[in-house]
Amino acid sequence: MELTDTPTEAAFRAEAREWLRASVPATPLPSGDTREGFARHVEWEKQLFAARWAAVSWPARYGGRDASLWEWLIFEEEYYAAGAPQRVTQNGIFLLAPTLFDFGTPAQQDLLLPRIAAAEDLWCQGWSEPEAGSDLAGITSRAVRDEAAGGWRLTGQKTWTTRGAFCTHLFGLFRTDPAAQRHRGLTYFLVPLDTPGVTVRGFGRLDGDEGFAEVFLNDVFVSDSAVLGGVNEGWRVAMATTGSERGLTLRSPGRFLSAADRLVELARSRRLSPRSRDRVVRSWINAQAYQLFTLRQVSELLAGRQPGARSSLNKLFWSELDIDLHATALDLLGPAAELDGPWSRGFLFALSGPIYAGTNEIQRNIVAERVLGLPRA
Amino acid sequence: MDFALTEDQVALRDTVRELLAAQCPPDVVRAAWPAGEPAALDGLWDALATMGVFGAAVPEEAGGLGLDETDLVPLLEEFGYAAVPLPVAETATVVAPLLAAAGDQRLPAVLSGATRVALAGADRLVPYGARADLVLVLTDTQARLVAPEPEPVLPTVDGSRALTRLSDATGELVTDDPELVSSARHRAELATSAQLVGLGRRMLDLTVEYVGQRRQFGVPIGSFQAVKHHLADALLRIEIAAPAVHAAGWALARRRPSRATDVSMAVVLASEAAQDVARAAIQCHGAIGYTVEYDLHLYAKRTWALAAGCDVDAHLDRLAGALDLKEEPA
Repeated sequence: MELTDTPTEAAFRAEAREWLRASVPATPLPSGDTREGFARHVEWEKQLFAARWAAVSWPARYGGRDASLWEWLIFEEEYYAAGAPQRVTQNGIFLLAPTLFDFGTPAQQDLLLPRIAAAEDLWCQGWSEPEAGSDLAGITSRAVRDEAAGGWRLTGQKTWTTRGAFCTHLFGLFRTDPAAQRHRGLTYFLVPLDTPGVTVRGFGRLDGDEGFAEVFLNDVFVSDSAVLGGVNEGWRVAMATTGSERGLTLRSPGRFLSAADRLVELARSRRLSPRSRDRVVRSWINAQAYQLFTLRQVSELLAGRQPGARSSLNKLFWSELDIDLHATALDLLGPAAELDGPWSRGFLFALSGPIYAGTNEIQRNIVAERVLGLPRA
Repeated sequence: MDFALTEDQVALRDTVRELLAAQCPPDVVRAAWPAGEPAALDGLWDALATMGVFGAAVPEEAGGLGLDETDLVPLLEEFGYAAVPLPVAETATVVAPLLAAAGDQRLPAVLSGATRVALAGADRLVPYGARADLVLVLTDTQARLVAPEPEPVLPTVDGSRALTRLSDATGELVTDDPELVSSARHRAELATSAQLVGLGRRMLDLTVEYVGQRRQFGVPIGSFQAVKHHLADALLRIEIAAPAVHAAGWALARRRPSRATDVSMAVVLASEAAQDVARAAIQCHGAIGYTVEYDLHLYAKRTWALAAGCDVDAHLDRLAGALDLKEEPA
């Protein structure tokens, strides 16, 4: 057991820290969930890619560094500690790409992965529909075979699509066999948003940014190469992605450690009531505990034990932790907490954590049924 | 970076787990209660001594296994899981390593199990005091060994601990080396935290089994979301606390500068997690969980007894100090 960096890891950390120190914009960029901010963030992503920091754990031929999982965690830690911008390529790099690595054809991988890393294709997620949120298998958007044209025709509506109004591509589930049972008969499609028949309408989120979109598809033609992982295999393929999303790859401990450090920084600048002091200490403890939980999980993973449904534990913990860290900061700010600022904005964003990527109620069901083995309802 | 248990650690833990499953089932924990038959505990004590558990963290040249705190944590979790009603965790984690470090001649008798040593906690309360030949007392600056006068067993939430209160804590000095004393105190805190993790796991296992069988409204109650959510949260609490406890063990073994705060984190997380799990476990059992005939109470009461000695406030103080947080003057 060794909880410090090896010499190689330390060198990697030093290189990342130095590059970030020299490169991170001195003034924070406007929110990446606004049109103007998104464009600025894409520029930043291209800068990351040029220096091969966009997807460190990927193979070098796709723009990565073949970094170990440990090194990826180290990069994340340094990234957030440096106050670097949010990752608007997150859906492509951390959600779609793991699925492409597992299920994509070599042609799909070679075509798409470098464009994802380079922030040339900007992906959004097409899971939820107006009538299918937590009950994802209830989706009704459909794909109908067009034998003559050698492809599929997609029709339906996706919603709550984060940054959908600014992205170039959508990955999502569509029903290809209406006769099959709910979880069967779904297929995972990759759809360029400039395809005729696609309409995207952005709308405001709780935090005021135009970060959401609904995506209407009306007889949208895509070729067979738009299918990821086999026709009617979509549920299995999609679950691999949600596993990544819930667990490590979406939310490494780095961002919470950095938020906890900023919280402690804020707390040091004032005299605290005993109640506030304990709140700060507990928030800080929980951020450290999440990191240790993650280190244990990565060690297990490297020993060949996949987290599987246990990734729902990550999601439960980090989403509550994120709210707690921000709520504690707002508590310290007192009357100033109602003013716009990084903590109040962060708080509003954190409120989405227990909802997206499968609500925490669903995560608790998953933990109870698939980790503890309790009977299904 | 590597936070996995080694093969040796897993093997030793599994051996201890099997021994405790055989030698420390709920009946043996019950035997330690006032109405029970304490002679039933002798076999358990001897078996653990024979296995070398008491000397686990004693150097090999002093007759031990030469392991460190990192190796001890998985064993301590097992002691908690089984609610061992003897000062086994205290001996292996605190007493034996301290006697070894101080070069105390009583070490061999402690390792062989011939001399039973209990560890005094706050307020001179001594868990297992009525079953001990000697009591180790840790003050801020000293470690002393006391041959206790016969003291009455105090009525307590966990009757299996044969709790006494030392009337005279003078005894004789073992060491006043501040390093040794502070290490011993940290180890005692580690031992409590790790046992609480194990207790949490035990209560959760009992509850998962029960709610899978108990039927109401024609279905197992474990199929209800309200029950599932309690238990998912309980698991999360344990799974978050456990790595922090293990990391604290590693920090002690490596004498990391952060070790005191690492241990404090472990205490806060483990004691609160185990108490929350106890509540969820009792609630999800319904009325059967509120009886002494069913086994759950043995583990819940041990949890409360250990948690009572944790002094979470002091640990929050220690952490706040390390983070340089200033409280407003009262």
